[in-house]
Amino acid sequence: MSNSSGQSGAFWFLKGARGIASLPAIILMSAFVGFCGFAVEAGVPLGEAVFMTGMIWALPAKVLLVGSILAGVSLPAAFITVALSSIRLMPMVAALIPEIRTEKTPTWLLLLLSHFIAITAYVFTMERIRDVPREHRVSFFAGFGMTVTTANIVLVAVIYSTVANLPAMVAGALFFLTPVYFLTSIWASTRERAGHIAMVIGLALGPLFHQVAPEFDILYAGLVGGTLAFVIDRFWKSGVRP
Amino acid sequence: MISYETFDTWWWPYVFIAIAGWLATDIWRWLGVLVGNRLKQDSAALTWVRAVATALLAAVIAKLILYPVGELQNVPVAIRLFAACIGFGAFLISGKRIWVGIIVALGLLVGGQFLAAAALSVG
Repeated sequence: MSNSSGQSGAFWFLKGARGIASLPAIILMSAFVGFCGFAVEAGVPLGEAVFMTGMIWALPAKVLLVGSILAGVSLPAAFITVALSSIRLMPMVAALIPEIRTEKTPTWLLLLLSHFIAITAYVFTMERIRDVPREHRVSFFAGFGMTVTTANIVLVAVIYSTVANLPAMVAGALFFLTPVYFLTSIWASTRERAGHIAMVIGLALGPLFHQVAPEFDILYAGLVGGTLAFVIDRFWKSGVRP
Repeated sequence: MISYETFDTWWWPYVFIAIAGWLATDIWRWLGVLVGNRLKQDSAALTWVRAVATALLAAVIAKLILYPVGELQNVPVAIRLFAACIGFGAFLISGKRIWVGIIVALGLLVGGQFLAAAALSVG
């Protein structure tokens, strides 16, 4: 890493890499077992399932892409579906970058590393980054992101042939693990009141907008819910109860 | 329109995945870097961006529970909601222990299905 001093940078990279044994990483891997089962069921060949894991990385986008392939939609339609669902990555990355970069961090490095940002990496990093010295945060994130991505690529390749034998109830539980984990871990890692308000409003608005505008539901829920939470929090702070 | 099945070559699905998958996700990450590079820590703008990101994630969570994919579709929505709510309650009561929430929620999801199956076979 160009911005961290020798041994110390390597130390924090390894420290991040050790995050592979953390609860978020283990849960993500369980979710990837679930995704792998879905890909097999959908008839996506091994090579493509592995390729998707490395290239897209964000799990919901992969599920949507497989769904689009199953439905036989055109390339532009599949692109738009996946792109719309992935807009959420932008505020996540925009919120994470100020936490990890220093004045000297080159933008190309951040562009490169941003590929490893998905929900799990976001939650993991936001939870722990305050305990990492600022000049080593990029190394720490790189260590975690690269290790977890590589591990899941290998995982998908290894379990592809055996995952079809998973009992239905176990497969269902694996799909349930992800939302429950996100729900609890995001709540636990949120320090600001605005974040907790945003969470409650987002939970309600997601299904609501799904009824009104299913194509853009996540996006609307995020923009409206986040803005509402921000405004409520401001009023609260200034002593005026909304 | 060209689709996944258009060209019968080994490499076409990979091109399809690269365009509709990789490009469709990474452009947002790159934009996020460019925006995030301009945000100052502890600024109101960053608080807002974080609130939007959190609300987005919350909406994803609600959708994963209410409109799931794969095997979870076969579990009744009442069981899914009940398990998630009680699991979250257990997480809060236990002093925000994530593993407590997860174990309670998964236990209720699996247990609830056995109960529902038993109720059906009795009724």
